[in-house]
Amino acid sequence: MSSFGGGGSGGGQSDVDPEMQRFLQLESQKAQMNVRVHTFTDICWDKCMDKLGTTMDGRSERCLVNCVERFLDTTNFIINRLEKLGSK
Amino acid sequence: MSSYKSGFGNGGVDYGASQEKGRVMEQVRSQIAVANLQEMIMKMSDKCFRKCVTSPSTSLESREQKCLGTCMDRYMETWNIVSRAYSDKLRKDSGQH
Repeated sequence: MSSFGGGGSGGGQSDVDPEMQRFLQLESQKAQMNVRVHTFTDICWDKCMDKLGTTMDGRSERCLVNCVERFLDTTNFIINRLEKLGSK
Repeated sequence: MSSYKSGFGNGGVDYGASQEKGRVMEQVRSQIAVANLQEMIMKMSDKCFRKCVTSPSTSLESREQKCLGTCMDRYMETWNIVSRAYSDKLRKDSGQH
């Protein structure tokens, strides 16, 4: 087996293959997105999907979209308020 | 940007190395896909068990199986709607600044 990043002594960040680095960065971003979508789905399922119909109805769909948007607004609100509190 | 060239040769294209790289990338992708699927299975089991198997008996009744099927369909649809809503919201919010 050959090793990645080659290179003997004192290799810093720079001896990581740039294509590989870009690839890993992108994949890890996508993976983090997916983890968040799983979390939001969990939260908003409990809020919006009370009874199961055979199809998704418009009301539930609107509820899900609002749920995601307001959840993110909530996170931003909390961050902003904490920042204000911290700067006092 | 660093001007790093392939660590395998003198900066030339090393066929074996690029093949190896492709293999590693494929492996990373499939490991992420497996983790994603496992998470989906755990969440769906949790949510749909709660909804459909309210009083567990000695086997899954056909009524429960039917409910589980419907629940799975709704859950996957929910995942897609949430995913879309999330990326729309990200786009909207980043456009404001």
